[in-house]
Amino acid sequence: MIEIDWYLALSAVLFTIGLVGVLIRRNAIVIFMCVELMLNAVNLTLISFSSYHGDVTGQILVFFSLAVAAAEAVIGLAIILAIFRNNLSVDITKVNLLRW
Amino acid sequence: MDTFIFIFLAVLTIGSGLGMVLNRNTVNSALFLVLNMVSIAGIYLLLQAQFLALIQILVYAGAIMVLFLFVIMLLNLDDERSLFSKVRAKYISAFFLGVVTLSLILYSLEGVADLLPEISPEMETAGTVEALGDVLYTDYLFAFEMTAILLTAAVVGALMIAQYKKSNNGASE
Repeated sequence: MIEIDWYLALSAVLFTIGLVGVLIRRNAIVIFMCVELMLNAVNLTLISFSSYHGDVTGQILVFFSLAVAAAEAVIGLAIILAIFRNNLSVDITKVNLLRW
Repeated sequence: MDTFIFIFLAVLTIGSGLGMVLNRNTVNSALFLVLNMVSIAGIYLLLQAQFLALIQILVYAGAIMVLFLFVIMLLNLDDERSLFSKVRAKYISAFFLGVVTLSLILYSLEGVADLLPEISPEMETAGTVEALGDVLYTDYLFAFEMTAILLTAAVVGALMIAQYKKSNNGASE
């Protein structure tokens, strides 16, 4: 079997890819997908700890986090649709109504 | 054998993640994310979490990504012209921040290397539907019911936000 370190390192790399994606992209939908990637990275950490401890509680937490991610995706996409209807763009540099 | 499968899936996961971030076409990004979700589900299977691997494919790669693709195609977006435009400082600082974050996480991982758990004998049975359902419907029953309320509230809220208001926008559109 593989040591748990490799799963945790993979999760760290995925989280970083998501983080850099959020920082460099301008398309709101792609930023949203990067957030999903970061959520997945954290889920991977939880599941690897849960499996290596032989304790099912971590996987229950991932189950709830999946439900929250689904709710978040629905609300976020509705907000993006509303922004698109007002601005005709999902470029976040053009959403500057509240920008100082 | 496990090691080879893990390396294959890890390369697939990281590659599709990078492909998602660096692709100019939004539809291609979404499809790369589907590949990413499916390979993460494979890693869950390696970790003996069968139920969550199934849920990952059904909920993430199925439902959520279909919703994403639906919205992308509904909005009919153009490709971003150039991913790396004039503002160089932003990309350099983002890259720098990414390197710092990654090295910070890996460094702290190295610090607790002795405390990390070894493989436990219960690993085989911990991820089955039976084991999860046993705990979910006894200890976490209240949280489970709250999840149902949360999802209902999310659907109603999404309808409220995204619906087309004829009285407000009828004149301008």
